[in-house]
Amino acid sequence: MKKTARILALGGLVAALALTGAVTARAQDQTLLNVSYDPTRELYEQFNEAFAKHWKDTTGGNVTIEQSHGGSGKQAQAVIDGLGADVVTLALEGDINAIVTKSGLIDENWRAEFPNNSTPYTSTIVFLVRKGNPKAIADWGDLVKDGVEVITPNPKTSGGARWNYLAAWAYANKASGGDEAKDVDFIKQLYKHVPVLDTGARGSTVTFAQKELGDVLLAWENEAYLVLDEFGAENFDIVYPPSSIRAEPPVAIVDKNVEAHGTQALAKAYLEYLYSPEGQTIAARNHYRPSDPSVVTDPALVAAFPKIDLISIDDPLFGGWKTAQPKHFGDGGIFDQVYTPAQ
Amino acid sequence: MYDEEVIYDSRRLVPPEEHTRPTTERPWVRRTLIGIAVVFMGLVLVLPLLLVFVEAFRKGAETYFAAFSDRNSQSAITLTLLVAAIAVPLNLVFGVAAAWCVAKYEFWGKSFLITLIDLPFSVSPVVSGMVYVLLFGAQSALGPILKANHIEIIFAVPGIVLATIFVTFPFIARELIPLMEDQGSVDEEAALSLGATGWQTFTRVTLPNIKWGLLYGVLLCNARAMGEFGAVSVVSGHIRGKTTTMPLDIEILYNEYNFTAAFAIASLLAMLALVTLVFKTILEFRFGDELAGTRRH
Repeated sequence: MKKTARILALGGLVAALALTGAVTARAQDQTLLNVSYDPTRELYEQFNEAFAKHWKDTTGGNVTIEQSHGGSGKQAQAVIDGLGADVVTLALEGDINAIVTKSGLIDENWRAEFPNNSTPYTSTIVFLVRKGNPKAIADWGDLVKDGVEVITPNPKTSGGARWNYLAAWAYANKASGGDEAKDVDFIKQLYKHVPVLDTGARGSTVTFAQKELGDVLLAWENEAYLVLDEFGAENFDIVYPPSSIRAEPPVAIVDKNVEAHGTQALAKAYLEYLYSPEGQTIAARNHYRPSDPSVVTDPALVAAFPKIDLISIDDPLFGGWKTAQPKHFGDGGIFDQVYTPAQ
Repeated sequence: MYDEEVIYDSRRLVPPEEHTRPTTERPWVRRTLIGIAVVFMGLVLVLPLLLVFVEAFRKGAETYFAAFSDRNSQSAITLTLLVAAIAVPLNLVFGVAAAWCVAKYEFWGKSFLITLIDLPFSVSPVVSGMVYVLLFGAQSALGPILKANHIEIIFAVPGIVLATIFVTFPFIARELIPLMEDQGSVDEEAALSLGATGWQTFTRVTLPNIKWGLLYGVLLCNARAMGEFGAVSVVSGHIRGKTTTMPLDIEILYNEYNFTAAFAIASLLAMLALVTLVFKTILEFRFGDELAGTRRH
């Protein structure tokens, strides 16, 4: 019995020590929580290190940046439910808007706070195929050829998947000359070629690269390069279709949270630093297209991005996220109408 | 005198070779059945567990141990141990109290209470986590009050501890209830009639009677507390190095294509579970009779 009591006391002591440790650490250093989406892990790992150094050099203060990653929609919901993010760096404008409307934590004019509609880097959707491109996939139309298996996540749950879908829609619209019935049919055909719909972009990448399912992965440009790094460039090829979409993952300060934490200046400096030469170069190095290529310190990084036709979500074809989201991905929207699980 | 009563002596009536066994299957049927069970266990349990270790050591022992020197993984291990160190003792107290209440007293609504204790077993862990988000989240009725007082529950350590306690609550209570019910309250009544105080009765009579069942429950509770994924994932907020437990850290590492490190942490978690099992087996071996007499399943 004495032993049990001693173990209990020890457990309590450990708990108390851990809590005290956490409290003192907070008093000495400033902490910033960046709530982000899945594929930005590597980008922010490098960026946070550079920013912490920059902050120390300019202000003399120590900053610890904490990261939380997950599906973009899920992360937005966590912030709404009280996850104390100082800044959010998400995949979709709609996810930040959701935080604005459902919780009021972010000022509704957040898009005007930073340059380029608060989008420090953009990305696009490319094809990742098996080495040598055995199914000869060059454009979106090739995805619906017989015997081609396409890997893409579920657009109901994944931000990246919505960009995939919209890029395909833009191709179909151009091919059909604006006949929406034909566009819907193309999307229907496309998802018949998808053997498994993962919930997030990382899940799809693992399905394609690790489990070796499918002939082509519709992937973020940076994610495709990451696969080459992680799984070996000798196993895959990146194919740039003639046209794709300009994905604009936005950033915002969570105003109410930084007020409560007293981190206003820090959060502002953090997001501004994304636009600095250092920040833009780190983005380019991680295969995100810098919003201001002229400041990137190594021009070779910018030259490495192939020039392809990129359509924006604000194009009349889509009419911005506020129109596109309910039309395509809302309950009973076009995706719901056409999708039936592949046989 | 027994020789006269041949009717009770099967040896006299039936020769040994014709003596019927309690099971009537032929040997090959028995062997096939045992074989199927062994193959099934091998495929479903042993093989995946072995694979965890094979994957973990794929790039050599050095890479394996490097996984544990990562700051985020160390903090995940510390957090997991901390959560277990809080959740298990609390459940020990709750479990003993609940079992005591159910086993020693008769009261209205007792079967409903037992059902409630079982609830965390039947509810999906994801739902268990959501309950706390609904209860303490910023959009809940309590949310603004907590925020005004700077109390962090969900997306912080207290939420993870709460979710873990919820999920692991039945383990100790469920272990003790049948045990204490079987023992009844005769011993306690005797102690009380001999002048023992309530506390003396508990520590000198009740506790020694239930100690092995209790230890067994604590082991199971601990294993689950360290391994819980679903409920913790919902309330964690996934802040690396701060609110990620070992199971969450494994998921993150796996999603970062860091398979070796993911399996290295997984192997540590598996080893903790194996240690628990070894303890359990030692207990059963050493005190098998006592345990068998007091446990129903």
